[in-house]
Amino acid sequence: MMDNKRKYVIPGDVVTTGPFRPEQNVILEGEKIISTTIGISEIYEDSVRVITLTGKYIPKIDDLVIGKVNSHTSLSWELDINSCYVGFLPAQDVFGRDFSAHSDELATKLKTGDLVAARIANFDRTRDPLVTISDRDLGKIDSGDLVKISPSKVPRLIGKRGSMIQMIEMATNAAVTIGQNGWVVVSCETTEGLLKAKKAIEMVDQKAHVVNLTDQIKEMLEIKDDET
Amino acid sequence: MGGRDATMVLLDENGVRCDGRKIDETRRIMIRAGGLKNADGSAYIEFGDNKILVGVFGPRDVHPKHMSNTDTGILRVRYHMEPFSVGERKNPAPSRREIEISKVIKEALEPAVMLEKFPRTAVDVFIEVLQADGGTRCAALTAASVALADAGIPMRDMVAAVASGKVADTIILDVNNEEDQAGQADMPIGYMPSLNKITLLQLDGVLTPDEYKKCVDVGVKGCKIVYELQKKALKDKYFGNGGD
Repeated sequence: MMDNKRKYVIPGDVVTTGPFRPEQNVILEGEKIISTTIGISEIYEDSVRVITLTGKYIPKIDDLVIGKVNSHTSLSWELDINSCYVGFLPAQDVFGRDFSAHSDELATKLKTGDLVAARIANFDRTRDPLVTISDRDLGKIDSGDLVKISPSKVPRLIGKRGSMIQMIEMATNAAVTIGQNGWVVVSCETTEGLLKAKKAIEMVDQKAHVVNLTDQIKEMLEIKDDET
Repeated sequence: MGGRDATMVLLDENGVRCDGRKIDETRRIMIRAGGLKNADGSAYIEFGDNKILVGVFGPRDVHPKHMSNTDTGILRVRYHMEPFSVGERKNPAPSRREIEISKVIKEALEPAVMLEKFPRTAVDVFIEVLQADGGTRCAALTAASVALADAGIPMRDMVAAVASGKVADTIILDVNNEEDQAGQADMPIGYMPSLNKITLLQLDGVLTPDEYKKCVDVGVKGCKIVYELQKKALKDKYFGNGGD
């Protein structure tokens, strides 16, 4: 436990040496464990990982993402999920198993430009990620503002056990849907709360590496509370 | 090209070179990570009088589609010199030399970049030489590696590069334009410091086996100096000045 020292690393930096299991963003090169990205290294009892501070979103199965409908064929939609791959949403997922390309028109359900909360159902190296919207809390997003942040800062926005996002939601009365791909939808009944929540989210994006960020956000939200 | 001074002394009896440097001294190097908003990653380098801007895009869709590889991502590099980068206007169309340098830089970066994590995608590196003064390929490679790290492309190691060479029968570090034109040998070296591997090695000129070994050693030593500056550039951007 005493070795759980956080360190700033860049690609090629030796995080540690010894019998550790390399996890995220590290490779084992002989005895040395080397970081492959810019980030913060964490050493646990038997494993090492680096939390990246940059980079594109790479889909992972079961991730909740916010997608934007790019286009559709007669059988499926294509979603922009802010990644190097496009999300593939089959029509059966929306219309059910008795979907027929003749009688059902995809544009009636989702149009180009619509925002969708979706889950990555399947993804491997060989195919584009398959997404689904048939679950609770998933589906078309009717209202709210889209805020784009860096995907690598999503964990920071959520915070430990959701502490950061809960704090923002409580203080502004806004409902925030966070996609793991860095797209965040904020909706709030009052314009004031909406703007404040958006500002807080943007602040997390810009200052993700700051240690006492939670306090700063708290301060920002509360100072604004006093003014109104 | 700029007129060459026939009487110029490349190395005087005190071991001082034509621009006042010692034999194992690099030119002034400044690297800055980031700077281009629309690119996924970027870097700017000033290496003596060289000024080079690098933008990285990707991983992203491959166009044309037939170039994509289902097993791995691909790396595409374009090295381009601005018409105003040299003394006499350079035709902006890609020249034989630029195509070659694009290729060697691509091959020097490939061992470092872990493209196998992104099958069917491409990473594009655009290198624009704004001002050239000898050793642009090394400076460009150095900056490209910083830009790739800035873009968050997983890398086994950074690639640092510098040229060594032979002038007036002496092995020197960081060959400038005059030394390149009038010197006896020029050896650009790309090096991965943590893995201790050379990814680029070219040689223009004649060296004895002993000189060759010394030249490589001097170059590798220079690369380690450049690597420290790459590190600093990235840490400045991501961790502020308090990095480490």
